[in-house]
Amino acid sequence: MWEALKRLYHRMGSPKWFYEISARWLPWFAIPAALFMIVGTVWGLAFAPADYQQGNSFRIIYIHVPAAILAQSAYAMMAIAGAIYLIWRMKMAAWVAAAIAPIGASFCFIALITGAIWGKPTWGTWWVWDARLTSMLLLLFLYFGVMALQKAMDTEDTSAKAGAILSLVGLVNIPIIKYSVEWWNTLHQPATLKLTEESTMAMDMLIPLLIMIVGFYLLFATLIFMRTRNSVLWHERKKNWVKKLVQVQAEK
Amino acid sequence: MFFDSFAEFLAMGKHGFYVWLCYGITALVIIANILAPIRQRKKLIEQQVRLQRREKKNASEA
Repeated sequence: MWEALKRLYHRMGSPKWFYEISARWLPWFAIPAALFMIVGTVWGLAFAPADYQQGNSFRIIYIHVPAAILAQSAYAMMAIAGAIYLIWRMKMAAWVAAAIAPIGASFCFIALITGAIWGKPTWGTWWVWDARLTSMLLLLFLYFGVMALQKAMDTEDTSAKAGAILSLVGLVNIPIIKYSVEWWNTLHQPATLKLTEESTMAMDMLIPLLIMIVGFYLLFATLIFMRTRNSVLWHERKKNWVKKLVQVQAEK
Repeated sequence: MFFDSFAEFLAMGKHGFYVWLCYGITALVIIANILAPIRQRKKLIEQQVRLQRREKKNASEA
Protein backbone atom coordinates (compact mmCIF):
# COMPACT_ATOMS: atom_id res chain seq x y z
CA MET A 1 0.00 0.00 0.00
CA TRP A 2 2.72 2.48 1.06
CA GLU A 3 4.86 1.42 -1.88
CA ALA A 4 1.97 1.96 -4.31
CA LEU A 5 1.37 5.43 -2.89
CA LYS A 6 5.03 6.27 -3.19
CA ARG A 7 5.04 5.11 -6.79
CA LEU A 8 2.00 7.28 -7.57
CA TYR A 9 3.66 10.27 -5.94
CA HIS A 10 6.79 9.87 -8.03
CA ARG A 11 4.76 9.49 -11.20
CA MET A 12 2.73 12.61 -10.35
CA GLY A 13 6.03 14.40 -10.11
CA SER A 14 6.87 13.48 -13.69
CA PRO A 15 5.64 16.19 -16.08
CA LYS A 16 5.73 13.86 -19.08
CA TRP A 17 3.64 11.24 -17.30
CA PHE A 18 1.12 13.89 -16.25
CA TYR A 19 0.93 15.32 -19.75
CA GLU A 20 0.17 11.94 -21.27
CA ILE A 21 -2.27 10.70 -18.66
CA SER A 22 -4.16 14.02 -18.45
CA ALA A 23 -4.83 13.90 -22.20
CA ARG A 24 -6.71 10.67 -21.58
CA TRP A 25 -8.46 11.99 -18.47
CA LEU A 26 -9.57 15.35 -19.89
CA PRO A 27 -12.71 14.19 -21.77
CA TRP A 28 -13.83 12.21 -18.73
CA PHE A 29 -13.96 15.45 -16.77
CA ALA A 30 -14.92 17.96 -19.48
CA ILE A 31 -17.93 16.12 -20.91
CA PRO A 32 -19.58 15.26 -17.57
CA ALA A 33 -18.83 18.84 -16.41
CA ALA A 34 -20.83 20.23 -19.35
CA LEU A 35 -23.65 17.71 -18.83
CA PHE A 36 -23.97 18.33 -15.08
CA MET A 37 -23.89 22.10 -15.49
CA ILE A 38 -26.48 22.14 -18.27
CA VAL A 39 -28.85 19.79 -16.42
CA GLY A 40 -28.35 21.68 -13.14
CA THR A 41 -28.94 25.08 -14.76
CA VAL A 42 -32.09 24.06 -16.64
CA TRP A 43 -33.45 22.25 -13.58
CA GLY A 44 -32.65 25.10 -11.22
CA LEU A 45 -33.95 27.85 -13.51
CA ALA A 46 -37.06 26.27 -14.97
CA PHE A 47 -38.16 23.27 -12.90
CA ALA A 48 -37.31 23.87 -9.25
CA PRO A 49 -40.14 25.54 -7.32
CA ALA A 50 -39.80 29.20 -6.27
CA ASP A 51 -38.85 29.98 -2.68
CA TYR A 52 -41.89 30.91 -0.59
CA GLN A 53 -40.06 33.92 0.90
CA GLN A 54 -37.63 35.03 -1.79
CA GLY A 55 -39.58 34.10 -4.90
CA ASN A 56 -37.54 33.45 -8.02
CA SER A 57 -34.42 35.39 -7.00
CA PHE A 58 -33.44 32.33 -4.93
CA ARG A 59 -32.51 30.61 -8.22
CA ILE A 60 -29.22 32.52 -7.99
CA ILE A 61 -28.29 29.93 -5.33
CA TYR A 62 -27.50 27.43 -8.10
CA ILE A 63 -24.40 29.39 -9.06
CA HIS A 64 -23.70 31.35 -5.89
CA VAL A 65 -23.30 28.40 -3.52
CA PRO A 66 -21.28 26.10 -5.85
CA ALA A 67 -18.97 29.01 -6.75
CA ALA A 68 -18.45 29.94 -3.08
CA ILE A 69 -17.73 26.34 -2.01
CA LEU A 70 -15.33 25.89 -4.89
CA ALA A 71 -13.52 29.20 -4.29
CA GLN A 72 -12.73 28.01 -0.76
CA SER A 73 -11.72 24.43 -1.54
CA ALA A 74 -9.67 25.64 -4.50
CA TYR A 75 -7.79 27.92 -2.12
CA ALA A 76 -7.11 25.01 0.25
CA MET A 77 -5.87 22.88 -2.66
CA MET A 78 -3.61 25.69 -3.83
CA ALA A 79 -2.14 25.98 -0.34
CA ILE A 80 -1.59 22.20 -0.13
CA ALA A 81 0.13 22.21 -3.53
CA GLY A 82 2.28 25.10 -2.28
CA ALA A 83 3.20 23.15 0.85
CA ILE A 84 4.19 20.12 -1.24
CA TYR A 85 6.46 22.39 -3.26
CA LEU A 86 8.00 23.93 -0.15
CA ILE A 87 8.62 20.60 1.58
CA TRP A 88 9.49 18.19 -1.22
CA ARG A 89 10.48 20.60 -4.02
CA MET A 90 8.08 18.94 -6.43
CA LYS A 91 7.97 21.25 -9.46
CA MET A 92 4.65 19.88 -10.66
CA ALA A 93 3.09 21.05 -7.37
CA ALA A 94 4.22 24.63 -8.02
CA TRP A 95 2.74 24.51 -11.52
CA VAL A 96 -0.56 23.15 -10.19
CA ALA A 97 -0.67 25.92 -7.56
CA ALA A 98 -0.10 28.50 -10.29
CA ALA A 99 -2.86 26.89 -12.39
CA ILE A 100 -5.37 26.95 -9.51
CA ALA A 101 -4.87 30.62 -8.53
CA PRO A 102 -6.63 32.35 -11.48
CA ILE A 103 -9.39 29.72 -11.60
CA GLY A 104 -10.06 30.04 -7.86
CA ALA A 105 -10.06 33.83 -8.16
CA SER A 106 -12.63 33.57 -10.96
CA PHE A 107 -14.98 31.46 -8.85
CA CYS A 108 -14.47 33.76 -5.88
CA PHE A 109 -15.42 36.70 -8.10
CA ILE A 110 -18.55 34.83 -9.30
CA ALA A 111 -19.55 34.11 -5.67
CA LEU A 112 -19.12 37.78 -4.68
CA ILE A 113 -20.88 39.33 -7.67
CA THR A 114 -23.83 36.91 -7.64
CA GLY A 115 -24.09 37.45 -3.87
CA ALA A 116 -24.26 41.22 -4.37
CA ILE A 117 -26.87 40.93 -7.12
CA TRP A 118 -28.88 38.49 -4.98
CA GLY A 119 -28.61 40.83 -1.99
CA LYS A 120 -30.31 43.73 -3.78
CA PRO A 121 -33.84 42.22 -4.06
CA THR A 122 -33.46 40.16 -0.86
CA TRP A 123 -31.82 42.53 1.65
CA GLY A 124 -32.41 45.79 -0.20
CA THR A 125 -28.68 46.44 -0.55
CA TRP A 126 -25.85 45.29 -2.83
CA TRP A 127 -23.25 45.12 -0.09
CA VAL A 128 -22.80 45.15 3.69
CA TRP A 129 -19.49 45.09 5.52
CA ASP A 130 -20.33 42.07 7.62
CA ALA A 131 -18.07 39.15 8.48
CA ARG A 132 -19.12 36.75 5.69
CA LEU A 133 -18.90 39.25 2.86
CA THR A 134 -15.71 40.87 4.11
CA SER A 135 -13.89 37.57 4.65
CA MET A 136 -14.96 36.45 1.18
CA LEU A 137 -13.64 39.69 -0.31
CA LEU A 138 -10.41 39.06 1.59
CA LEU A 139 -10.25 35.64 -0.09
CA LEU A 140 -10.37 37.33 -3.50
CA PHE A 141 -7.52 39.66 -2.48
CA LEU A 142 -5.54 36.70 -1.17
CA TYR A 143 -5.91 35.06 -4.58
CA PHE A 144 -4.68 38.25 -6.25
CA GLY A 145 -1.76 38.44 -3.82
CA VAL A 146 -0.74 34.84 -4.46
CA MET A 147 -1.00 35.36 -8.23
CA ALA A 148 1.17 38.47 -8.02
CA LEU A 149 3.81 36.78 -5.85
CA GLN A 150 3.93 33.74 -8.14
CA LYS A 151 5.34 36.08 -10.78
CA ALA A 152 7.08 38.67 -8.63
CA MET A 153 10.57 37.34 -7.85
CA ASP A 154 13.72 37.01 -9.90
CA THR A 155 13.63 33.26 -10.22
CA GLU A 156 10.74 30.90 -10.68
CA ASP A 157 11.73 29.02 -7.57
CA THR A 158 11.56 32.00 -5.20
CA SER A 159 8.34 33.22 -6.84
CA ALA A 160 6.69 29.85 -6.31
CA LYS A 161 7.93 29.75 -2.72
CA ALA A 162 6.64 33.26 -1.96
CA GLY A 163 3.24 32.40 -3.45
CA ALA A 164 3.14 29.18 -1.45
CA ILE A 165 3.94 30.94 1.83
CA LEU A 166 1.24 33.59 1.36
CA SER A 167 -1.31 30.93 0.38
CA LEU A 168 -0.48 28.98 3.56
CA VAL A 169 -0.77 32.06 5.76
CA GLY A 170 -4.08 32.97 4.11
CA LEU A 171 -5.44 29.54 4.98
CA VAL A 172 -6.62 30.91 8.37
CA ASN A 173 -9.24 32.88 6.45
CA ILE A 174 -11.05 29.68 5.33
CA PRO A 175 -12.51 28.67 8.73
CA ILE A 176 -13.32 32.36 9.34
CA ILE A 177 -15.45 32.39 6.16
CA LYS A 178 -17.14 29.15 7.16
CA TYR A 179 -18.06 30.12 10.72
CA SER A 180 -18.61 33.84 10.06
CA VAL A 181 -22.38 33.35 9.81
CA GLU A 182 -22.41 31.65 13.21
CA TRP A 183 -19.92 33.82 15.13
CA TRP A 184 -21.22 37.22 14.08
CA ASN A 185 -24.63 38.75 13.46
CA THR A 186 -25.16 39.02 9.75
CA LEU A 187 -27.68 39.52 7.00
CA HIS A 188 -26.26 36.45 5.30
CA GLN A 189 -28.37 33.36 5.79
CA PRO A 190 -26.80 30.36 7.56
CA ALA A 191 -25.47 27.44 5.52
CA THR A 192 -28.06 25.66 3.42
CA LEU A 193 -26.02 22.50 3.09
CA LYS A 194 -24.71 20.69 6.13
CA LEU A 195 -22.55 17.62 6.12
CA THR A 196 -23.55 16.31 9.53
CA GLU A 197 -27.24 17.20 9.76
CA GLU A 198 -30.13 17.14 7.39
CA SER A 199 -30.12 20.06 5.02
CA THR A 200 -32.71 22.81 5.42
CA MET A 201 -33.72 22.68 1.77
CA ALA A 202 -36.59 20.86 0.08
CA MET A 203 -35.54 17.89 -2.06
CA ASP A 204 -36.69 19.34 -5.39
CA MET A 205 -34.57 22.44 -4.72
CA LEU A 206 -31.65 20.52 -3.27
CA ILE A 207 -31.04 17.98 -6.05
CA PRO A 208 -30.28 20.55 -8.78
CA LEU A 209 -27.97 22.33 -6.32
CA LEU A 210 -26.00 19.14 -5.70
CA ILE A 211 -25.84 18.52 -9.46
CA MET A 212 -24.45 22.03 -9.96
CA ILE A 213 -21.82 21.54 -7.24
CA VAL A 214 -20.60 18.34 -8.91
CA GLY A 215 -20.60 20.16 -12.27
CA PHE A 216 -18.52 23.05 -10.88
CA TYR A 217 -15.96 20.66 -9.39
CA LEU A 218 -15.67 18.77 -12.68
CA LEU A 219 -15.20 22.05 -14.55
CA PHE A 220 -12.56 23.07 -12.01
CA ALA A 221 -10.63 19.81 -12.56
CA THR A 222 -10.86 20.28 -16.34
CA LEU A 223 -9.49 23.82 -16.11
CA ILE A 224 -6.61 22.76 -13.82
CA PHE A 225 -5.64 20.04 -16.29
CA MET A 226 -5.69 22.48 -19.22
CA ARG A 227 -3.56 25.08 -17.47
CA THR A 228 -1.10 22.62 -15.94
CA ARG A 229 -0.62 20.93 -19.33
CA ASN A 230 0.37 24.29 -20.82
CA SER A 231 2.77 24.81 -17.95
CA VAL A 232 4.34 21.38 -18.56
CA LEU A 233 4.80 22.15 -22.27
CA TRP A 234 6.46 25.48 -21.51
CA HIS A 235 8.84 24.21 -18.83
CA GLU A 236 9.80 21.08 -20.76
CA ARG A 237 10.08 22.82 -24.14
CA LYS A 238 13.79 21.97 -24.42
CA LYS A 239 13.21 18.28 -23.69
CA ASN A 240 13.12 15.78 -26.50
CA TRP A 241 9.58 14.58 -25.94
CA VAL A 242 8.15 18.09 -26.30
CA LYS A 243 10.35 18.79 -29.34
CA LYS A 244 8.98 15.67 -31.00
CA LEU A 245 5.45 16.74 -30.12
CA VAL A 246 6.07 20.15 -31.67
CA GLN A 247 7.62 18.55 -34.75
CA VAL A 248 4.41 16.62 -35.37
CA GLN A 249 2.54 19.93 -35.18
CA ALA A 250 5.02 21.63 -37.52
CA GLU A 251 4.54 19.00 -40.22
CA LYS A 252 0.78 19.51 -40.20
CA MET B 1 -41.84 23.13 -15.70
CA PHE B 2 -42.47 25.58 -12.88
CA PHE B 3 -43.56 28.49 -15.09
CA ASP B 4 -46.79 28.65 -17.13
CA SER B 5 -45.32 30.46 -20.13
CA PHE B 6 -41.98 31.41 -21.62
CA ALA B 7 -42.66 35.08 -20.88
CA GLU B 8 -43.15 34.23 -17.22
CA PHE B 9 -39.92 32.24 -17.26
CA LEU B 10 -38.05 35.27 -18.57
CA ALA B 11 -39.71 37.58 -16.05
CA MET B 12 -38.83 35.35 -13.04
CA GLY B 13 -41.55 37.00 -10.98
CA LYS B 14 -40.12 40.47 -10.51
CA HIS B 15 -36.57 39.18 -10.32
CA GLY B 16 -35.73 38.58 -13.98
CA PHE B 17 -33.05 41.29 -14.09
CA TYR B 18 -31.17 39.93 -11.07
CA VAL B 19 -31.39 36.26 -12.02
CA TRP B 20 -30.37 36.72 -15.66
CA LEU B 21 -27.61 39.16 -14.78
CA CYS B 22 -26.09 36.55 -12.42
CA TYR B 23 -26.31 33.73 -14.94
CA GLY B 24 -24.97 35.98 -17.72
CA ILE B 25 -21.90 37.12 -15.77
CA THR B 26 -21.18 33.57 -14.63
CA ALA B 27 -21.40 32.26 -18.20
CA LEU B 28 -18.96 34.95 -19.39
CA VAL B 29 -16.42 34.23 -16.64
CA ILE B 30 -16.58 30.47 -17.28
CA ILE B 31 -16.20 30.89 -21.06
CA ALA B 32 -13.20 33.18 -20.53
CA ASN B 33 -11.66 30.55 -18.23
CA ILE B 34 -12.08 27.86 -20.90
CA LEU B 35 -10.78 29.99 -23.77
CA ALA B 36 -7.70 31.33 -21.97
CA PRO B 37 -5.78 28.01 -21.71
CA ILE B 38 -6.85 26.99 -25.24
CA ARG B 39 -5.41 30.21 -26.68
CA GLN B 40 -2.30 29.94 -24.55
CA ARG B 41 -1.67 26.40 -25.76
CA LYS B 42 -2.05 27.45 -29.40
CA LYS B 43 0.35 30.35 -28.93
CA LEU B 44 2.87 28.18 -27.12
CA ILE B 45 2.93 25.50 -29.83
CA GLU B 46 3.10 28.04 -32.66
CA GLN B 47 6.03 29.73 -30.95
CA GLN B 48 7.90 26.43 -30.56
CA VAL B 49 7.16 25.44 -34.18
CA ARG B 50 8.64 28.73 -35.38
CA LEU B 51 11.68 28.26 -33.15
CA GLN B 52 12.29 24.76 -34.50
CA ARG B 53 12.01 25.92 -38.12
CA ARG B 54 14.52 28.68 -37.48
CA GLU B 55 16.94 26.29 -35.80
CA LYS B 56 16.62 23.88 -38.73
CA LYS B 57 17.32 26.68 -41.22
CA ASN B 58 20.32 27.87 -39.27
CA ALA B 59 21.67 24.34 -39.09
CA SER B 60 21.39 23.81 -42.86
CA GLU B 61 23.06 27.14 -43.62
CA ALA B 62 25.96 26.55 -41.28
